[in-house]
Amino acid sequence: MNYNAIRAIYRTEMARMMRTVVQSIVAPVLSTSLYFVIFGAAIGSRITEIDGVSYGAFIVPGLIMLSIMTESISNSSFAIYFPKFSGTIFELLSAPVSFVEVLLGYVGAAATKSVIIGVIILATASFFVTIEVAHPAIMLLFLVLISVSFSLFGFILGVWADGWEKLTIVPILVIMPLTFLGGTFYSISMLPPAWQTVSLFNPIVYLISGFRWSFYENADVAIGLSLGMAITFLSLCLIAIWWIFKTGYKLRN
Amino acid sequence: MQPVIRITDLTKTYAGGYEALKAVNLEIDRGEIFGLLGPNGAGKTTLINIVCGIVTKTSGTVLVDGFDNVSDYRETRSRIGLVPQELPTETFETPLNVCRFSRGLFGKPDNPEHIEKVLKSLSLWDKKDQKMMLLSGGMKRRVLIAKALAHEPDVLFLDEPTAGVDVELRQDMWNVVQSLRESGVTVILTTHYIEEAEQLADRIGVINHGEVIIVEEKTKLMRELGKKELVLHLTDPLAGIPTSLGDFELELSDGGCELTYHYDTKRDHTGITSLLAALHDAGIKFNDLNTSQSSLEEIFVGLVHKDS
Repeated sequence: MNYNAIRAIYRTEMARMMRTVVQSIVAPVLSTSLYFVIFGAAIGSRITEIDGVSYGAFIVPGLIMLSIMTESISNSSFAIYFPKFSGTIFELLSAPVSFVEVLLGYVGAAATKSVIIGVIILATASFFVTIEVAHPAIMLLFLVLISVSFSLFGFILGVWADGWEKLTIVPILVIMPLTFLGGTFYSISMLPPAWQTVSLFNPIVYLISGFRWSFYENADVAIGLSLGMAITFLSLCLIAIWWIFKTGYKLRN
Repeated sequence: MQPVIRITDLTKTYAGGYEALKAVNLEIDRGEIFGLLGPNGAGKTTLINIVCGIVTKTSGTVLVDGFDNVSDYRETRSRIGLVPQELPTETFETPLNVCRFSRGLFGKPDNPEHIEKVLKSLSLWDKKDQKMMLLSGGMKRRVLIAKALAHEPDVLFLDEPTAGVDVELRQDMWNVVQSLRESGVTVILTTHYIEEAEQLADRIGVINHGEVIIVEEKTKLMRELGKKELVLHLTDPLAGIPTSLGDFELELSDGGCELTYHYDTKRDHTGITSLLAALHDAGIKFNDLNTSQSSLEEIFVGLVHKDS
């Protein structure tokens, strides 16, 4: 194992986050605060409790998920796409590193940033509403699992994209709608039965539901199913990246 | 001595069917400067990229220090440094940071003293904290060399290292290459400036249409494939070459004022003495003479045209 390479990639990526601290940390915290103001305070005051939890507190896990999913994808896709775009990828391809080390460096850094953002948003949310975490270990497990999985997904996206438009089109046209329709701001049980069934085809539902369960023990689907879905998504991303490095897809001629 | 790089029957066919390399065989000796010459699209960069692991080969083997570059890629890649043809740089980073990154990426622990030494040797130390986007093209080229040297490679590939740099910087780079050779690093140099290969290389390989057409020591190549010529500046112009001089390979130019004799230095008898005697007998006088040897560039052009 080339630990020096992992450290070099990780250190460089974390330094990039510090250089762009406003974009990396302040922006998601600000947008989440705005969600609280709009959905929690303005609209939430007109909505009754959901499963015994105030609306403001109910949306906290969903908002954290929304942020870490988009930030994980954005950070890791940019981290691998920019060297491809600028041509500096040649160094990574000619270095004595395996895909495991590349992932630990790039995805590790992207996931770390997401976890930091998740914790900061949680802390920010505590200024607006009272939050209780029923299962801190499960909460942390979901936080890490989702951050890593979506960072892996972002890495795949960064490898696949051959233009800036492609880099942004999947988060905007696929991930964002699925997240908004995945129970970030509501419980699936609030939907008509037909839409409840449709929602179950949205994988994000399982992730948000599981994360919310770790806070309030309320879930749209069973916690085991949520965990299984998260692990399945992680495994699929790992297999895809293994295949990318094995075949050199969009990396090597 | 075992060659540091041994390439056997290496082929590369790109998707679409373009055959960039056709059964290339090549050995690079340890500690030499090897000049790889070839016209655009000859396969030079493809060859380098396969050895470095950037491009996947179609068939054949590449051994670096005895290790296969696919199955033992960690061993081979950690020994190689690459300075690419283009100038890809991390726009927002500094020379110091990119060198630290390169060193770590290639598996070496931090060594600030070594990075400082490399940056100073390339006159980059005073620019170490400047953003790459603010550096000139020549400085970026130096940073790329510094990055390649950051992990102390045994073999250094320089793909067109002086393309687009000014004369002074080119001379500096040549000095760097010479000092690398003195420190035991094997250098493989591709260049369009034949003068550069003539100045630096110990051996020359010429590649054309994906095939290595010749590999030879530079001095031997120039001796064997180069021709010498003797130019006589005549006192009185000649209307034509006299029949008594018909046995010599002569050319008349400059309105009959210059007589050029082509000869082969490898032959036991160059024929110069006989020519001078024949000129004397014919009553042809000259007031000056000079000799010249074909440059590597002329030899290269001749080889490539012959192959085409």
